[in-house]
Amino acid sequence: MMEIRTPKTHKAKRVLEKRAPKLVENGKKTLILHGTKTSATVSSVLMELYRLKKGGAIKYSRRNENIRPFESGGETSLEFFSLKTDCSIFVYGSHTKKRPDNLVLGRMYDHHVYDLIEVGIENFRSLLSFSYDKKIAPHEGSKPFICFTGEGFENVPELKQLKEVLTDLFRGEVVENLNLTGLDRAYICTAVSPTKVFLTHCAIKLKKSGTIVPRIELVEVGPSMDLVIRRNRLPNEGLRKEAMKSSKDKPKKKVKNVDQDDVLGKLGRVYIPEQEVGKIPLPDKSKGVKRERREGKVKKNKEEGSASKKLKESE
Amino acid sequence: MDTEMDQIYQIDVGNLLAFNPNHRFSSAPSSREELVKECVTEGTKLVQAIADTLFNFPSTESVDGPLVQLPPPTTKLPREKHLPRPKPPTKWEEFALKKGIQKRKKDKIVYDETTDKFKRRHGYDRVNDDNDIPIIEAKASDEPGEDPFAKRLDDKKKRVDKQQKNRLQNLKSAAKAGALPSHVQLAASALPITGTKAQPKKLGKEELGDVAGLAATSTASGGKFDKKLPGEKPPKKQGKHHKYLPVVPRYGWVDEEKEQTNKVLGKLLSKHSHEILNVGKAINMYNDKKEKKKSGRSDKLKPKKDITKKKPYANKANK
Repeated sequence: MMEIRTPKTHKAKRVLEKRAPKLVENGKKTLILHGTKTSATVSSVLMELYRLKKGGAIKYSRRNENIRPFESGGETSLEFFSLKTDCSIFVYGSHTKKRPDNLVLGRMYDHHVYDLIEVGIENFRSLLSFSYDKKIAPHEGSKPFICFTGEGFENVPELKQLKEVLTDLFRGEVVENLNLTGLDRAYICTAVSPTKVFLTHCAIKLKKSGTIVPRIELVEVGPSMDLVIRRNRLPNEGLRKEAMKSSKDKPKKKVKNVDQDDVLGKLGRVYIPEQEVGKIPLPDKSKGVKRERREGKVKKNKEEGSASKKLKESE
Repeated sequence: MDTEMDQIYQIDVGNLLAFNPNHRFSSAPSSREELVKECVTEGTKLVQAIADTLFNFPSTESVDGPLVQLPPPTTKLPREKHLPRPKPPTKWEEFALKKGIQKRKKDKIVYDETTDKFKRRHGYDRVNDDNDIPIIEAKASDEPGEDPFAKRLDDKKKRVDKQQKNRLQNLKSAAKAGALPSHVQLAASALPITGTKAQPKKLGKEELGDVAGLAATSTASGGKFDKKLPGEKPPKKQGKHHKYLPVVPRYGWVDEEKEQTNKVLGKLLSKHSHEILNVGKAINMYNDKKEKKKSGRSDKLKPKKDITKKKPYANKANK
């Protein structure tokens, strides 16, 4: 036996509608968690990543022993968390002897794992180790510039995937209107070698130049680290095709039969199709329905002045 | 989108993204600081390139600063969730399509002929409210014992149930197509499979806690040395449960102790009243009987009863 369950409060309804699949989606939220053992580096990386992505990230503080992203059964917990928190990107940190200072960046499609990439952290410098003028510190939640340098990002498939994942991670919400004064941060990723990427976070200083376009100066503020590619998992073709489908794939239909006239304004053309007299659906001519008959009867009864039988009103 | 710079960058303004595919480290950087410096300078060039296009967009002034309209992003990134699937038409929609029935916009306020007023279509004080009808005229087809008001209520209930069933069917077919509306969830409700048996009552948290305690008291040592599971709460009231009432009652108050004992006594007596022998009464009864026997059964003044005659029904009913 099935029963229908609807939310009892408006707030619950709004939350459900926010999480429903839409044509134009909300910004992806990030889930940050760690495994059985973490080193100091990994835990500070996770903490700082969370701080950078404050508005759109959820950080779990407990350790999760049964999450193994690259194993077939070890993803169920991740998928469950993704469903509960409505997060489609996750960052899973761990530290083992075989894989020290490990970070797994993964994405979800329909709350199932879409792709994974595992990187090792080297030469990590924390936020706190950078000294800079506090006035230029980037504000929370501002839209960042993302820059990739190096031919590796085009030639090496793992780096290509990393580029996509990092874009997704740092992008935040897709906005239409941007406030130019609110641009204060940039992420710089450089492919140092086919397996190593140098990632750093900088604040933007706008300097006066002769033209409208100010001169940009970057000051390193945030965490900087070297990412060494370890393992990765690409999405399978079918899933990738489905995920990449967007509503704008079909070109917008040209609006036909509408003209703009300077004098008359907007003009339209109406085409009347050929009337196939034999195929027109006939109106409901059953006796009781006819308005004339009904009204006639009412009139008659009024004239007679007697208590009338109530007519069955058919809709 | 390319710029006219020496090195052609791939710029996606919608995402504020820039990619320089042509950079190569000419020589292995000598130290880390050198590496960092070079990366930051390259990054600056890229950000500058994006800013060039960005600041040249037509901007509108707003309270916070100049607002610029960003073009849609060009890099394709995978979606988070699937595209919303089209909902299959409901049973009514199919029927309406087949018959060519168009949706008519209904007014919220309708003219009520019985009261010559404008009333709302749904809600409080509505047009054609079922509860407002004072008199229902009897028809030839009505049965004599039937309550027409109750019948109307019953009909309405049936209609509502039918509608609920149809709604469930529509939602099920939508769920099958993967297009369930976001605010609805279909859940399996727990109903007993056996039709006649009542649903087994679910034990609550407190009851389950009591059961363990009950089982413990039935052990030889009264549950004192039983191994307790982690998290199990200690048994509630140990030892004998006896409330002693004050023998001398408070001034003006009911003597509770006396009441208690009287209550117990009363119960005992009423329960065993048939066993308790009232000796005096028994002796009198015995003597009466004896005297009756002695005087003789034949009493000519009393009419003789005829056993063969059957008593009428009325007497039997009074029994």
